[in-house]
Amino acid sequence: MSEYKTLYLSREDSVAVALSEIPANTSVVVKSDIEELVVPILEPIRFGHKFAVKTINQGEDIIKYGEVIGAASATIPAGAHVHVHNLEGKRGRGDKVAE
Amino acid sequence: MTKLLNEKMQFWGYRRPDGRVGVRNHVLILPTITCATQTAQRVTELVSGTVTFIHQHGCAQVGTDYDQTARTYAGMGMNPNVYGVIVLGLGCETHQAHRIGDEIAKCGKPVKTVSIQDHGGTLQTIAEVSKIAVKMVQDASMVQRELCDFSELIVGTECGGSDACSGLSANPAVGRTSDLVVQQGGTAILAETTELIGAEHLIANRAANDQVAKKAYAVIKMMEDRSIQMGVDIRTGNPSPGNIEGGLSSLEEKSLGAATKSGTTRLEEVIDYAQVPTKKGLVWMDTPGHDIEQLTGMVAGGAQIVLFTSGRGTPTGSPISPVIKISTNTPMFDRMNENMDLNAGTIVDGLETVDEVGRRIMEEIQHVSNGKLTKAEILKQHDFGIWRIGPTF
Repeated sequence: MSEYKTLYLSREDSVAVALSEIPANTSVVVKSDIEELVVPILEPIRFGHKFAVKTINQGEDIIKYGEVIGAASATIPAGAHVHVHNLEGKRGRGDKVAE
Repeated sequence: MTKLLNEKMQFWGYRRPDGRVGVRNHVLILPTITCATQTAQRVTELVSGTVTFIHQHGCAQVGTDYDQTARTYAGMGMNPNVYGVIVLGLGCETHQAHRIGDEIAKCGKPVKTVSIQDHGGTLQTIAEVSKIAVKMVQDASMVQRELCDFSELIVGTECGGSDACSGLSANPAVGRTSDLVVQQGGTAILAETTELIGAEHLIANRAANDQVAKKAYAVIKMMEDRSIQMGVDIRTGNPSPGNIEGGLSSLEEKSLGAATKSGTTRLEEVIDYAQVPTKKGLVWMDTPGHDIEQLTGMVAGGAQIVLFTSGRGTPTGSPISPVIKISTNTPMFDRMNENMDLNAGTIVDGLETVDEVGRRIMEEIQHVSNGKLTKAEILKQHDFGIWRIGPTF
């Protein structure tokens, strides 16, 4: 388990970053300054891409670097790829302004 | 906080009449209008030691948009990496060559103005400008480098073609370098306002006073409002398709990585596009995220050296100021080695710390200031683009 390099930047984060190509159906250990989490990876995660370290509910803020990077557009289970298909930005959203 | 360097760092630079110091000694052929750019280009092919840039501006511009373009032209000429300037106009343009020339001449360097219409066309203008350039280049070559302190440097910072490593390796390393430049008494420019949306609170908290913090929030709001007024999701343009391919999912995520370029020091002021900083230390220049437009703004603002981090890779360079390009990951550094100067991917590889790479970048600034050529200079990558803030009429 966990020959794959990952980066978990802050214990408040709901996502971690893959620092190697991680295949589906494996488990990885992510480490913050205080804890270790074992995350079952559900789908292939490419180098530099993110996966959820815990369930993120639809509409909930997604946290990386201890800061908000967007909101979940669908409920994301732990170990799923987090990217533009299920994370939406909250800033510069001219498309969301009511007429 | 970055540990202090225990020595005062110096470099060999060219002292200009206004007291500022250059790290290059160019003669600039400055076309104030797109119609004059081809003629300017011909001169640089004939006369060694001259540089120019291609652009599509200089006519039918009004108001603040006119002013911003004029300030950018003049700033390019006044950059201390330029020994002297030949300002080239067509003759009938809104950005009159003699007005730009008069502005540049205030800093005391040699300036000549030539107009294509006055000289009876392309060929005679090429001959006239080339004759002036030959003398100016020879005069420039007589200027000796002298020993200067790092406090004389304005170092621009930018990131382009970011990937998920940008915020982990090259950008924090540039942040360390920015801290070291400031500790040496120099100036570091943070730019790309668009790519600070979502991270502005982290920078504004470090503002020297309330006024500076308010201006930081104000420029962010103006930039965000532009996209909101257009009725679009800013993500349709930023992060770019390459950023998304690299793993960045939102502008906020990109911004949090981009903001680490600013290091940890106090934010002294927020300045307008292409404005020369009035303070030493960390300053924020209001520019868009567009690589070439922000690069041009910082160089026009007097940056003698620019640090440029990239995850996807880029050939970018400036005709006036050396651009040191820093890779965020090792595979790209190897793949695009002819374009990249330094590798910060060693941080992701576990071979070097952020602090070690920051110091390595600082040493490279010294080498390049002393005359070492960057990849972009060797490949004649002379990019130029002005941030237009109004329509053409």
